Amino acid sequence: MEKIKGKTWKFGDNIDTDVIIPARYLNTTDPEELAKHCMEDVDPEFSKKVKKGDILVAGKNFGCGSSREHAPIAIKACGIACIIAESFARIFYRNAFNTGLLILECPEASKEIDTGDELEIIPEEGKIINLTKNKTYFIKPLPSFMKEILEDGGLIPHIIKKYKK
Amino acid sequence: MKASMTLAEKILANKLGKSYIEPGELIEVPVDLTLANDITAPLAIKIFESTGITKIFDPQKVVLVMDHFTPNKDIKAAEQVKICREFAKKHKIFHYYEGGNCGIEHVLIPELGLVGPGDIVIGADSHTCTYGALGAFATGVGSTDLAACWITGKIWFKVPETIKFIYYGNLKPWVTGKDIILYTIGDIGVDGALYKAMEFTGEVIKKLSMAERFTISNMAIEAGGKVGLIEPDKKTLNYLKNRFKRNLTSLKADKKAKYADIKEYNVSKIDLVVAFPHLPSNVVAVRELSQKIYIDQVVIGSCTNGRLEDLAIAAKILKGKKVNSNVRCIIIPATPNIYYQALKKGYIRTFIEAGAIISPPTCGPCLGGHMGILAKGEKALSTTNRNFIGRMGHPESEVYLTGPAVAAASAVLGYIGIPEEIGVKPEEQNWRK
Repeated sequence: MEKIKGKTWKFGDNIDTDVIIPARYLNTTDPEELAKHCMEDVDPEFSKKVKKGDILVAGKNFGCGSSREHAPIAIKACGIACIIAESFARIFYRNAFNTGLLILECPEASKEIDTGDELEIIPEEGKIINLTKNKTYFIKPLPSFMKEILEDGGLIPHIIKKYKK
Repeated sequence: MKASMTLAEKILANKLGKSYIEPGELIEVPVDLTLANDITAPLAIKIFESTGITKIFDPQKVVLVMDHFTPNKDIKAAEQVKICREFAKKHKIFHYYEGGNCGIEHVLIPELGLVGPGDIVIGADSHTCTYGALGAFATGVGSTDLAACWITGKIWFKVPETIKFIYYGNLKPWVTGKDIILYTIGDIGVDGALYKAMEFTGEVIKKLSMAERFTISNMAIEAGGKVGLIEPDKKTLNYLKNRFKRNLTSLKADKKAKYADIKEYNVSKIDLVVAFPHLPSNVVAVRELSQKIYIDQVVIGSCTNGRLEDLAIAAKILKGKKVNSNVRCIIIPATPNIYYQALKKGYIRTFIEAGAIISPPTCGPCLGGHMGILAKGEKALSTTNRNFIGRMGHPESEVYLTGPAVAAASAVLGYIGIPEEIGVKPEEQNWRK
């Protein structure tokens, strides 16, 4: 996986899927359309302000609520390269993984990073570097089973590879 | 010696044909039922079709319920449903529900007997955990996980740790499963059971109706839980009789099973509650409200509280009363069968005479889809499951969560209150028997 370098946007605890993408926009599966409304109810200008490669930082239980995969799709399509949070809700965690959105659980980083900080992330090494605050964090390595899915390019390519054997 | 397991561990081990499994293990299990709705199925179909694989592992194990934006609220929603309808036809998916046979998925599926104890169920809807009330390991997933399962018939899980919730004591008048689960979430928080299985047990759970058990399991996700399990008992078997056609696998937790935590609640201390915006954990006893909270809308329905027993409570309270002129009271029977039963029992007549609005079965307003959207600054009191920002409409509207008794009484009062305030006596509550 490639290195990520970008500016951060910080949110609080329990950011739910209704905030990430309100249900009134779920009558489509088009990523570009969904991206336009990402985080709209807490920051109407969010999708316009975000630049490709930016990083979203949040507190605990990010992505709680519904199972809508439209949530990680919207976040990814508006340009966010990675989410760092203290913890993720379990369905969102799976969905992000399955749709190829990098998510990192790191309580320390989540607490100390502020909006606008510039980060460099080296996924291979599980390393988060806060270039603004000059601090480095390490995350727990993934179980090998999940790494395998990631290396195959997501759950669907992983399944097809196994299925076609 | 046989190693002890929690109910969640037991169900998973049984499915794998193993004598023991423990939390943290990564496992791949065969799935008994998969489901999706009109929001999540179109995405799963898109993903499934992108693989070039043309065969679903077992079309009999696929259920598609068009319940969220139906009757179709706009052109885009109608197009999404059309995708599902055509997919169902193409793959001979028998369990496709739209129109007159359609109800809210998590009420409809148990009612049709499609799920039973010991089953592994995945659903592209977070409230799939509802079936835990039947002793099924049922959990929400996204559309990709679902599409992958349509190919393989399997799903991978990390075996969760279990938290045991024990309830004892005597229930106060009008207090139902909804108050019990809101109180519990208020205690442990919206991530209090994150990644964990919740096991609800104790003398009180045994006394509850199946409807109340469904309500409790339904909201396990609101505490971050993976599943919300209740051990099957006589009531469960009675419910399944004449519905569930497959062989029963009724499992029980071992007495010496290891739990991550054990929480005990004396329900004698649990009063009628309401959860304030914007989290289901902001729970307050209605009697302790320091000021009157005036409301614009009441919703009685959803996969949490749209069952016949919920409507019975509402009817008892609304009988001979009038909905406050400042309130729109929307009542949604969760399935056509519940609607029909409510009609036969006279509840629908009571509701219409009281000035309530009867909606066809739909998730509709619960997620701010349609059939009761809030304007800026409006407040709704609802028997649904989420009160997040903008959940029922405008980002500056508010949702308060409660059970059917408080919802119905408040519809008459015009503010959040209890049945006694409109002169309905507590001794009239005998519906559980």
